[in-house]
Amino acid sequence: MNQETIVTAIASFFILCGLIFFFGAALGLLRFPDFYSRMHAAGKGDTLSSLLVVLGFAIYQLHDFSFADISHDWLTILIILKLLGICAFIAITSPTSTHALMDAGWEDGILPDLKNEQANDLAKDTRKDGTV
Amino acid sequence: MPSFDNIVVWTGFALFVLMIPAFWRVIKGPTAIDRIVAVNIIGTKTAVLLVVIGQKFEKVGMFVDFAIAYALLNFIGSLAASRFLHKTRPTAGHAVDD
Repeated sequence: MNQETIVTAIASFFILCGLIFFFGAALGLLRFPDFYSRMHAAGKGDTLSSLLVVLGFAIYQLHDFSFADISHDWLTILIILKLLGICAFIAITSPTSTHALMDAGWEDGILPDLKNEQANDLAKDTRKDGTV
Repeated sequence: MPSFDNIVVWTGFALFVLMIPAFWRVIKGPTAIDRIVAVNIIGTKTAVLLVVIGQKFEKVGMFVDFAIAYALLNFIGSLAASRFLHKTRPTAGHAVDD
């Protein structure tokens, strides 16, 4: 087991997990009945799958990295930092935009697909401007 | 065990194929915000796909900057769209038939 085999295995595992979560997000976006449940599947699955795939590629950059020739490999560290920066950026912005879009949908008058009529009345009561 | 190059190619292919359900949601609707959410997902996945393409061409250092810029534009775009719908209520929750 050399360094490249181990790093490739870990990176592949992360990427595969990310693809599985993206499959779940796509399936939820396709199959769920109303707007809010689709947002739920899309927001969560999208964030985690992007994080895992980018993290997998960040880990793979270590496959030929060694501290012995750090003067030659400092560019690898820069690339890994940028990839981790994308991870942090997605982790912050994706829930933010999901929340903003969900709020816009709520204020736009989209009702959740509820069976219970009382629950629907409650939803009408809590809207900001009192409209349906 | 497949080589990492094969894994990169198939990851890009899988990302592209899984964008198709999101694109179907863009076409189908039924509300305007559904479409914006689906476009937001496609945009995030395009940023990831840029990293994948960079790994395939072995120029990750260049493509990672593209990915950062694309993710930023995607975030600004979805925020602008949500603020627009928040203020103006053009659809008022009804399905848009266009």
